[in-house]
Amino acid sequence: METPPIIELRGIAKYFGDTCALYNINLEIANGEFLTLLGPSGCGKTSILRLISGFERPSKGDLLLNGRIINNTPPERRQVNTVFQSYALFPHMNVWDNVAFGLKMQRRPKGEISRRVAEVLRRVHLDALADRMPRQLSGGQQQRVAIARAIINNPLVLLLDEPFSALDFKLRKQMQFEIKHLQRQLGITFVFVTHDQEEAFAMSDRVVVMNEGEIRQIGTSQQIYEEPENLFVARFVGDINVLDAVITTLGENGICMADVEGVEFPLHVRREYEPGETVNVLLRPEDLKIHLEHEKSVESPFFLGRIEETVYKGATVDILLTLDNGKRLQAVEFFNEDDAEISYRPGDRVTVTWVAGWEVILTAESE
Amino acid sequence: MPRSDAKAGSVFRAVCIKVTWLWLAAFAVVPVFALMLVSLLHKEHYEFFIPVLTLDNYRELLGPVFLTVFWDSTRLAALSTLVCLLVGYPFAYGIAKSPATWRPWLLLLVAIPFWTNSLIRTYALILIIGIHGMANKALIGLGLLSAPLEMLYTDFAVFIGLTYTFLPFMVLPLYASIEKLDAGLIDAAKDLGANSAEAFWHVTLPLTLPGIMAGCMLVFLPSFSCFYVPEILGGAKNMLLGTFIKNQFLVANNWPLGAAASFVLTLLLIIMAGAYRLAGVYVAGRERKDSPSHAPTPVSGDE
Repeated sequence: METPPIIELRGIAKYFGDTCALYNINLEIANGEFLTLLGPSGCGKTSILRLISGFERPSKGDLLLNGRIINNTPPERRQVNTVFQSYALFPHMNVWDNVAFGLKMQRRPKGEISRRVAEVLRRVHLDALADRMPRQLSGGQQQRVAIARAIINNPLVLLLDEPFSALDFKLRKQMQFEIKHLQRQLGITFVFVTHDQEEAFAMSDRVVVMNEGEIRQIGTSQQIYEEPENLFVARFVGDINVLDAVITTLGENGICMADVEGVEFPLHVRREYEPGETVNVLLRPEDLKIHLEHEKSVESPFFLGRIEETVYKGATVDILLTLDNGKRLQAVEFFNEDDAEISYRPGDRVTVTWVAGWEVILTAESE
Repeated sequence: MPRSDAKAGSVFRAVCIKVTWLWLAAFAVVPVFALMLVSLLHKEHYEFFIPVLTLDNYRELLGPVFLTVFWDSTRLAALSTLVCLLVGYPFAYGIAKSPATWRPWLLLLVAIPFWTNSLIRTYALILIIGIHGMANKALIGLGLLSAPLEMLYTDFAVFIGLTYTFLPFMVLPLYASIEKLDAGLIDAAKDLGANSAEAFWHVTLPLTLPGIMAGCMLVFLPSFSCFYVPEILGGAKNMLLGTFIKNQFLVANNWPLGAAASFVLTLLLIIMAGAYRLAGVYVAGRERKDSPSHAPTPVSGDE
């Protein structure tokens, strides 16, 4: 039998005055899970975090923590802690007092407080800085104080609101790794908010992609990237080529024939389509296969086009090309031993196709 | 920037700084030293003072007359400071937490009384707290009193006058420090299990301490030495410090004694300014001393 979710949002809506921040959100978060809310700014991800932490109350629906409805429980009585975006460390207290704050509020005995503070400071490698004031710490150190101050209370859920946005690239990578490590060690449920899809993919067990107050897809990083359920998700996570197609004949074994940008292709579909139905064929840049036109004959169907531009990226080359019908595509080629040289020049005539089965077919959305 | 402009700029800066220094020297440092000098001189019958250095004036201040004046003034000033703080804090808090578009208007309302001369406002208080004043009429009208209360020409009247006059001096610095306070810190305190009272006590109060200190100084010092409020509203029974100093200079013609009393007041101001600085240092941690020029040594070896 499945264990009940640690957090459950049932039909939650949130209005601020007349504006609606969240529409009918349904979400279950499993105990011990690392879940990321991903979306552009203003998509409602921070509103969900503030609902769980108790700083906002749902306008509609129910919020459950560990099976109990907590719609109106104030933040100080929820066994949930937050790592704030700006850290919100108390500037008049040193590291030790900042970290001890939660236990002091619980009126724990002095001995227990000093034992647990020392332990958690060791865990985040800050034991030598206990006497420092927050302003004397670097960004990464402040970040760790914020984490230590939250996890010392043994919360059922730890909420992290874009905690790395103030850090530089290298430190960011390191903190991502440390947080993920910490989460595995502690076994606490982490709910993480970010607008950075790479960060979301790197850290999460599951990702919730949001836009304009709605959940657009829930899935593992791989599902989100490889099987986006709609154009928003497809475009938000990484680069994508969207081709227009019309189903021509129904096939068997989940394969239809379709007219894709003027060329007949077999498509692997995940549901039934009618002949004449318009669809979008989604292809990641790395799914495209490019060959010089004269080089060799390709068995599968292909487009004809010309190279517009190539951009050297170190391990990869980005290729911009235009099909003969005017459609522009982006492709990525990786350097490897068999193909040591990728030397397309602008203007080269090429054939373009893709690895059969890697395409994602969506019913065409009117935009 | 062209060289001549840069030169003109530095000349302009030098002139400004020197004018400021001169101004401060002529109108602040010299008078204070003159005051101190006079306080060390001796008063003769028909002279303002004669050039004999003595500590007699300070010795006289230790006598029962001045000590009573000093004690009465301290008590009244402390009481009105305390009441200003207790009234002013929620007041300032309310303004700081009101919608941003309202705040300038609310602050304007605090400042409007300044547009009327304070003497006139003090006289106006007589109409309110006098024996036939509005306060008595209202209280009797409400049936809370049977006979009018004698408030005017008592310490109570002086206390009302001082509190009323100096309340804005408490509200404005408090407003400034409360408004500056990061609301995220209160959220953090609640997130960590503090209820509203605990969050206020452990976070809001210590972080607004500089505002509290500034407000208390700005109320305590003027009410301590104010002479027109006690003169207009107070009784003849108890003389306060401001009146005492005024009398030494203008009535008794004892400049050295007046100067000595004044100088004690100046010392008190210096002590309070020192305490204020300490409070600022306490809140900012050891920030000024240690950062950012002395960057912390990364111990955990991350950066």
